Amino acid sequence: MPVLFWTDALIFLLLALTIAFVFYARRYEHLRAPWRQVGRSGVAMGSMVVLGFFLSVTILDSLHFRPPLQSAGLDQTGRYSTEILSVFDWVVTPIRERDEKSYSAPFAAYLYAKETVELPNGRKDRRYPRLKYGAAHLADPERERSADIISTGVWGLLKGMVLCLAVYALIVFTVARRTRASVTVTFGRINTGDTVLRWRPMLLTLGVLVLLTTTAAELAVKYHILGTDKVGEDVFYQTLKSIRTGLMIGTLTTLVMLPLAIVLGIMAGYFRGWVDDVIQYLYTTLNSIPSVLLIAAAVLILQVYLDNHADEFSSVAERADLRLLFLCLILGLTSWTGLCRYLRGESLKLREIDFIQAANALGVRHLTIITRHILPNVLHIVLITVVLDFSGLVLAEAVLSYVQIGVDPTMNSWGNMINSARLEMAREPIVWWSLLAAFVLMFTLVLAANLFADAVRDAFDPRLRQQ
Amino acid sequence: MIAYIVRRLFYAIPILIGVNLLTFVLFFVINTPDDIARSQLGDRHLTAESIDNWKRAHGYHKPLLYHSEAAGMDKLIDTVFFDKSVRLFAMDFGRSDSGRDIGHDISQRMWPSLAIAVPTLLVGIGLNITFALLIAFFRATFIDYWGVVICVVLLSVSSLFYIIGGQYLLSKLFHLVPISGYDTGWNAIKFLVLPVIIGVISGIGSGTRWYRTLFLEEIGKDYVRTARAKGLSERVVLFRHVLQNALIPILTGVVVLLPLLFMGSLIVESFFGIPGLGSYTIDGIQRQDFAIVRSMVFLGSVLYILGLLLTDISYTLVDPRVRL
Repeated sequence: MPVLFWTDALIFLLLALTIAFVFYARRYEHLRAPWRQVGRSGVAMGSMVVLGFFLSVTILDSLHFRPPLQSAGLDQTGRYSTEILSVFDWVVTPIRERDEKSYSAPFAAYLYAKETVELPNGRKDRRYPRLKYGAAHLADPERERSADIISTGVWGLLKGMVLCLAVYALIVFTVARRTRASVTVTFGRINTGDTVLRWRPMLLTLGVLVLLTTTAAELAVKYHILGTDKVGEDVFYQTLKSIRTGLMIGTLTTLVMLPLAIVLGIMAGYFRGWVDDVIQYLYTTLNSIPSVLLIAAAVLILQVYLDNHADEFSSVAERADLRLLFLCLILGLTSWTGLCRYLRGESLKLREIDFIQAANALGVRHLTIITRHILPNVLHIVLITVVLDFSGLVLAEAVLSYVQIGVDPTMNSWGNMINSARLEMAREPIVWWSLLAAFVLMFTLVLAANLFADAVRDAFDPRLRQQ
Repeated sequence: MIAYIVRRLFYAIPILIGVNLLTFVLFFVINTPDDIARSQLGDRHLTAESIDNWKRAHGYHKPLLYHSEAAGMDKLIDTVFFDKSVRLFAMDFGRSDSGRDIGHDISQRMWPSLAIAVPTLLVGIGLNITFALLIAFFRATFIDYWGVVICVVLLSVSSLFYIIGGQYLLSKLFHLVPISGYDTGWNAIKFLVLPVIIGVISGIGSGTRWYRTLFLEEIGKDYVRTARAKGLSERVVLFRHVLQNALIPILTGVVVLLPLLFMGSLIVESFFGIPGLGSYTIDGIQRQDFAIVRSMVFLGSVLYILGLLLTDISYTLVDPRVRL
């Protein structure tokens, strides 16, 4: 039975809007030209592939459903479990369900702490107990483990290579057909990087991603490749689940912020007078509260509300989802002021330009002037702001969750992972894998977003384009 | 000049009133004092009487906006709004929900915050300007390219990892400085070194890149070409002409931050256990102490508005083109 969370619905709405924008942009040369410039930048295209990878995980993780109950004997048709899963959860079932007792290091066969174990002959001994799932297929982990890791890894790599070759061939054939060139010529062009769209960096990035995925998938079935956390949950699974949280914060906040900033910013700049005064007062006031404190205050209040209305939510997941949505709302309400100020300034300039003066003189309605003449001319500012803000929001999520004013503590997020791992910093030897897992994925996402955003800004900012 | 400052101070009043109303709505209207009492007391011993007692003990028992039973001016004065919100204008923060005097706490705790924030800011600006000038000097070479790449990499790392990594390397591995804590007087220095280093490093990426853009923008201007045409060496052009002119936007960016230095940094202070205003705020948030959070929101806004005022004044001091 499918379940639709609020954030799911909104992310699909956002996706639909983006696709609509792509189709709109394709029709106009002045919008296509900057995108072509982005397409010529190898770094940007490589980053785009990485972002696409994260996005596809997010989309898979946003298709929620309730699995049908399966228990022997009873007729359970039409009954559904109370647990809500996503398609992504279902794909990674082998990693999701294998919980150990407590901490274990990456690729370990034993728990991280000694426990008292009863030996077959009745004596008791303190030793490291074997893991229930990690490396459970090995009879003697000490001798067999490294060989098994290598052979499994190589097997995964081989599978990945086959997949890479298939994708590569597919892309070469498609490009050849679209450019009406022969396959061998296209093959040579892509390899030397002599294409309009930079296929080579895209294919390289995609290849690395595919290889990493297949190798990790092959190994993750047998081992906990990033260890387990305090309650024995697989850290690799946690960090993959955190992708959705990070991306949601980065994108849904935009969805909240855009209408406010666009409508108010253009209104202030276009109408001037008292409208301008009111809107300026509004954003100066909001802006003068340090944003962390405003977020803290709003989240505190949300928390009190959730505490007092705990019985209104049918599941923990639903409550966590609502909290995520409100966090996006709050972040959006605190971050629209910057874009609003830019748009106001730009509209002030635009309304004095001849073609808008002419439209005014001809008696075109205000609404028409705004939607037809002003909005298309400020769109590049909106786009630049959105892509530049994204990485900052992903980073902000971690900090807010660390201060405990972020997402729900039960939700998988990089901030929560860092927060719980930090408490184990004092442990000897140190539990480092949760931090590493959060660091690697967060860094990859933010770096890709930053590089992509820079290319988009360079392509769309008219001041930079002239140089 | 003085007339301008006075006028700007008057502009600040409606904004402060707006902030005050907003916090009042957030803290008392959306969440009534009853809700706060309920979440503070926990679920177990919840009677109407205990909620009433809690509200009375913390001064939330009065009507919110209008006291219909009181006489004369007390109709407006004897309310939660007057007690908790209007008094903030006089910098009277009242007592926290756990009974401590917030004003006293703030005056105690702002010094450790300043002890970290001021050196971090000064060292950070010095380093960032140096790096940015260096990159601008070697612009359009591989040093420029890799400098920018390193900046982007540095600013893609979450500040949390800088702190955790710094604590692990310097304190745990090499035992150079204590992991966290604070002491009074000169003994505090050994506790301050690590937070300052980490604060500086985590700011290098974004700071250097931003300053580099400013320098490059300045280098493209006509007067730089004139200076070169006069036969000045690249070094003189860069350090005398470009640096001085680029300092205007840098300075104004910094001045806005100056008053906010009092507030300290939330994360750094809580990681290093420094008893400043940042960790005070975090404690308030984690204990759900609304009085503290409300006071800090108001204080932060006052300081921000002060920063804007200082920025405008500093413009007139450094940029002779700006006249008030």
